[in-house]
Amino acid sequence: MPTAEPEPAPNTITFDGEPIPARPGQTVGAALTEAGIRSWRETRKNGRPRGLFCGIGVCYDCLLTINGQSNQRACLAPAEDGTSCESGSGEEGLRDGGTDE
Amino acid sequence: MVGPMSETTDLLVVGAGPAGLAAAVTAADHGLRVMLVDAGPQPGGQYWRHPDERYPVADESAGHHGWKVLTKLRDRLRVHRGAGHIDYRPGTQVWFIEAPKTESSPWYVYTTASVEAQPDHVPTGSVRAMRIVLCPGGYDRQLPVPGWDLPGVMAAGGVQALLKGSRTLAGRRAVVAGTGPFLLPVAVGLAEAGAEVVAICEAGNLTGWAKNVTGAVQVPSKGVEGAEYAKALVKHRIPYKTSTAVTRIDGDGQVQSAVLTALDRRGRPRSGSERAVEVDLVAFGWGFTPSMELVQAVGAETRIGSDESLIAVVDDMQRSTASRVYIAGEATGVGGAMMAVAEGELAGLGAAGDNGSSIDGARVRKLRGIIRRSAAFAQAMHHAHPVPARWTDWLTEDTLVCRCEEVTYAQVCHARDDLSADEARSVKILARPGMGWCQGRVCGFACAKIAAANEDRDLSPDDLARMSKRSLATPVSLEDLADLTLE
Ligand SMILES: Cc1cc2nc3c(=O)[nH]c(=O)nc-3n(C[C@H](O)[C@H](O)[C@H](O)COP(=O)(O)OP(=O)(O)OC[C@H]3O[C@@H](n4cnc5c(N)ncnc54)[C@H](O)[C@@H]3O)c2cc1C
Ligand code: FES
Repeated sequence: MPTAEPEPAPNTITFDGEPIPARPGQTVGAALTEAGIRSWRETRKNGRPRGLFCGIGVCYDCLLTINGQSNQRACLAPAEDGTSCESGSGEEGLRDGGTDE
Repeated sequence: MVGPMSETTDLLVVGAGPAGLAAAVTAADHGLRVMLVDAGPQPGGQYWRHPDERYPVADESAGHHGWKVLTKLRDRLRVHRGAGHIDYRPGTQVWFIEAPKTESSPWYVYTTASVEAQPDHVPTGSVRAMRIVLCPGGYDRQLPVPGWDLPGVMAAGGVQALLKGSRTLAGRRAVVAGTGPFLLPVAVGLAEAGAEVVAICEAGNLTGWAKNVTGAVQVPSKGVEGAEYAKALVKHRIPYKTSTAVTRIDGDGQVQSAVLTALDRRGRPRSGSERAVEVDLVAFGWGFTPSMELVQAVGAETRIGSDESLIAVVDDMQRSTASRVYIAGEATGVGGAMMAVAEGELAGLGAAGDNGSSIDGARVRKLRGIIRRSAAFAQAMHHAHPVPARWTDWLTEDTLVCRCEEVTYAQVCHARDDLSADEARSVKILARPGMGWCQGRVCGFACAKIAAANEDRDLSPDDLARMSKRSLATPVSLEDLADLTLE
């Protein structure tokens, strides 16, 4: 008979240096949301706060810097133990966005 | 762990959701060598998104319908992988497809890791494939609303994805708004996980269902699901308000309240009916719209579907108009997971048959029947849940239409009216909506509608195609481009 899985010990990620608990299998976006953090970047033009919107990697609103890599989608990145996150997308290295034709 | 890709495969399937899984295992059953590439970390796609399989939970299937269909497909995938028939590449996204040089040469498909900040990611790869089945699924369709850029406003599907994938509540007090049956599972999912759902705001008046009973009764299981949700709404005391929309969202740095407004028979916000509710989450969904970038990349013909989305044209074996490319699932018209499974299987049979395998004609006819009935149901559903005719009435001059480039409604109107840009492409060039990171996936439909509004005409495939035409299917880093070894 299989026995009940023991609760896995919570992971810890950091957000701007602060420790944030995360369950194994959660995304960075989910862990931040559970910690009550809802925005982690400001828009270029109007300086407006942004966080999760589409939740599935389509809208690129939830960009932040993860383990030193800029422009990562919080909704897709796994919250592995020890992941370090910095607010701000780190605009440098802007990639091909839309094109005309 | 993803490795480099170089050999030529019989069939490349893009997407491991309901459609792609069915296509891949069916083709492998018929002896084809298959590569299955999916941006997600594990099989299931959007419909069967579930907790990380590396950390098993007791109730993996919580909140799911048709879970057995997934576990069966997943088991078949496991067997085929073990036997070396299917090379499955999760966490891998296709960003470019290059047409075959001759009638008999392969398609070239370029991939990159979906999450780069991982120690083991391989930046790019390319695959040569004789045939392709595209099953890229879709995403929530959105309409701009004043205040929709505040944190705490999310796509309904994104709220569902947080729940299904991470078991995380996106908010504590929510309103779920937009149109379509999908608002029900989102509201019920939130309530069951402990959130208070203030209301479901369904913009449609739902009299359309009565007119389309033939469509609705042809897929009986839908009725059963509907009854289950009705019970859950009563249990959790969630009011289901038809002909109602969320027309404004307010808050200081995040959502604090939402304004609910009744819509009249012509889909216009009724002034004087506004009511503000305190919420910290607004989940918006105006139906789903397919991901069309790969469909357009292969040059397949598209048309406008019954829900005004751009969809792919396919024949009765799911063949697109692009040579040796098959398309299944949401990309041929949004119709739900079971229709996607049937289309995926038919596409797998189509590819196998065209590759020289013998296929079961009776099965083909059965699948066509399922698809026909599901499509009739989907069409009835789309007609019952239209985007309100006068949704632009709730916009203000400074409402953002394009979230990425922060282009306002006034700026889009200026391009249209003062600079005479009457179609989406000119509006895009002049005011630059759709030019941001998401490449118009979020704002494309709204921009095309606003551009066409002056002439009071219906959307044309061109309007949407121009808003969704992208040079690359996903943004890739310059480093990825530099890594490319093009032949
Ligand atoms: C966020 C979300 C949540 C949903 N939740 C529900 C629900 O709870 N109930 C319900 O009835 N319906 C739901 N739907 C609708 C549901 O998605 C469809 O009915 C069904 O999943 C369609 O199956 P599919 O195989 O066509 O696409 P999907 O299930 O969307 O699968 C497509 C797959 O292709 C992958 N993909 C896309 N583009 C690329 C690329 N360029 N490279 C590599 N991989 C790619 C995606 O990552 C995804 O895994 C949801 C839709 C969304 C967008
Ligand atoms: S919302 Fe307009 S480009 Fe992303």
